[in-house]
Amino acid sequence: MEDCILLDAGSGGRASQRLIADCFQRHFSNTILNRMDDAAQLEMDMQGPLAMSTDSYTVTPLFFPGGSIGTLAVHGTVNDVSMLGARPRFLSCAFIIEEGLPVETLERIVKDMAEAAQHAGVQIVTGDTKVVQRGACDRIFINTTGIGVITADPAPSGHNAKPGDVVLVSGAMGDHGLTIMAHREGLSFLSDVQSDSAPLNNMLQNVLHAVEEVHVLRDPTRGGLATTLNEIAQQSEVSIVLEESAIPVHESVRSGCSFLGLDPLYLANEGKCICILPAADADAALEAMRKSPYGREAAIIGRVEEGKPQVRLTTPIGGQRLLGMLEGAQLPRIC
Amino acid sequence: MSQHPFAGFADPALCRRLLTRLEQALSDIPGRRMRFMEVCGTHTVSIFRSGLRSLLPAGVEHLSGPGCPVCVTHDAEVAAFLDMAGRDGVILATFGDLLRVPGPGGHTLKHAQAQGARIEIVYSPLDALTLAAANPSATVVFLAIGFETTAPTVAATLMLADQRKLDNFCIFSLHKLVPPALRALLDDARTGDAPACGIDAFLLPGHVSTILGLAPYAFLPEEYGVPAVVGGFEPADILLALCLMAEQLRDKKPAVVNAYPRAVGDEGNPRARSLLEEYFMPADALWRGIGRIPLSGLGLRPAYTHRDAAQRLNITLPEVPPLPGCRCGDVLRGRLTPPQCPLFGKVCTPASPVGPCMVSTEGSCAAYFKYGIPA
Repeated sequence: MEDCILLDAGSGGRASQRLIADCFQRHFSNTILNRMDDAAQLEMDMQGPLAMSTDSYTVTPLFFPGGSIGTLAVHGTVNDVSMLGARPRFLSCAFIIEEGLPVETLERIVKDMAEAAQHAGVQIVTGDTKVVQRGACDRIFINTTGIGVITADPAPSGHNAKPGDVVLVSGAMGDHGLTIMAHREGLSFLSDVQSDSAPLNNMLQNVLHAVEEVHVLRDPTRGGLATTLNEIAQQSEVSIVLEESAIPVHESVRSGCSFLGLDPLYLANEGKCICILPAADADAALEAMRKSPYGREAAIIGRVEEGKPQVRLTTPIGGQRLLGMLEGAQLPRIC
Repeated sequence: MSQHPFAGFADPALCRRLLTRLEQALSDIPGRRMRFMEVCGTHTVSIFRSGLRSLLPAGVEHLSGPGCPVCVTHDAEVAAFLDMAGRDGVILATFGDLLRVPGPGGHTLKHAQAQGARIEIVYSPLDALTLAAANPSATVVFLAIGFETTAPTVAATLMLADQRKLDNFCIFSLHKLVPPALRALLDDARTGDAPACGIDAFLLPGHVSTILGLAPYAFLPEEYGVPAVVGGFEPADILLALCLMAEQLRDKKPAVVNAYPRAVGDEGNPRARSLLEEYFMPADALWRGIGRIPLSGLGLRPAYTHRDAAQRLNITLPEVPPLPGCRCGDVLRGRLTPPQCPLFGKVCTPASPVGPCMVSTEGSCAAYFKYGIPA
């Protein structure tokens, strides 16, 4: 193979075939993909309605502590499918590559994706590659679509939060968002933060088995915990009341945010979920989460009440304030 | 999860004790009223974010003054740096929160960026110097915004630019000075045409005071009889400062007091001040909503005018009409609380801010909008 990806590799000719065989097929290999037909033929091993989700991934830097664009492309879509109470089974994956991307970089990304898929127990069964001229995209964009079987009945939904429910998170908030910002901007004093990129499907299946009913599952990605909870409050037309001191935030993230004037509750997470369910099931759900390596710091952080669709926060000193929606990106402050 | 290093300053029991002390002092003040103004964006955010506002005893009123450097940047200054951003061969280096500040016509640096201007977000003026070194054929303009806290770092950067012979580095000084603004506010309250804002006491900015020390505030109690307390930023820091203010009012003994000695020395930082004075001298400055305040800004000394972006690019501050309907000026002067502005939350929101107090995360309107007080 060449050292870097040329426009030829997206032409559909021999160069494309070489890239597919030497890179994608080598790492993603499975019986469905290896048939190399125009579409993948899928057999579901269990009954039930299907969940499907798609997401496109573009991130700078491509590699960061705790993950890469490859891990995000798998974990992000696996998690989105899982939030419907589904077991994700298959992923498609489409690459848009800027010509000149080093083959070594592509291989690293593909390898990360393959490992992430294997770890999450999903197969990448169909794909596509386009190579565009320099400047037409930023090195590499990846789209993945996931499909899975819904095991929860009824399926969790942002509309289902009910007064009396409790709100859990599966771990500390803000790790991913601050890591990306630190590495994008070269903030060396934030060297001890690390992305939480992780697949939550197995943990969530265990939670669903452990309890009677889960009302809401959401992953607080862009916009963070605050934005996602506001969306749920609006969809379900309820108030959500949080205990600020109960919300897990790693000390490195807390101090980094404090320095930059950022709020960890608005930073993206890529390996965390919000789980809202009846109070009677809270302890069982918490226990199931904490058994997973991705849920050790899970915590009950608040409750759902009747009232205006808003999120309120009780602060550590006992004060009250709103936790509003995020407007645009957070910008670091001056002093 | 390890303990926050300053967790003790947010200790609920300590805060309750301080609140009781504040109420006691307040009960001996005629009218049981204390309107205090803070003039620091970090105080604004801390007071809202900690939930402190919802715990203040009735009669203690919080005014958020001109303490956010973005908010006090005048429309004419915004118009001038938008002009700079559009010039060929210019890289504009700026702190992030200036990006969304609308100038005349609603244009922002974000618009300029979309139209091809080279704008780089930096975290320190030194980053702008790195840009200058990496782009020798470009003129790198650093938007030097901030109060006495940030200005010495800019002076240090100018010193390094000289040492490294980086002739393509220059600054647009938007610096503002806190003490002249406090005087202008009190004069405004005495003589203003609108209802006087009636500031009973100042919560002095912790960061600015690390540089200034206490002496520059002496005129507050001496000439105006107003208590002035330097406060830190954790809930207990702020509550202690409020207690000291209330006790001064009760005892009718106004003074400048340092309630943040773990960071602020009474003498401030003489070394930072001497560096500042080497490069800058006081100059008249325009404050949004307040107008021109004599000697309330910092201009480059004559020996350093080659570092002045306005001179190099031949840009003068244009005359700009005030933003229609925007009452940021009254908010900054304490005459109006943000929800009393007719635009607040309706036309003017963080998504489409009309005035600067809504743009900056440390602006008082943005804080009211974001943190609110739950009904």
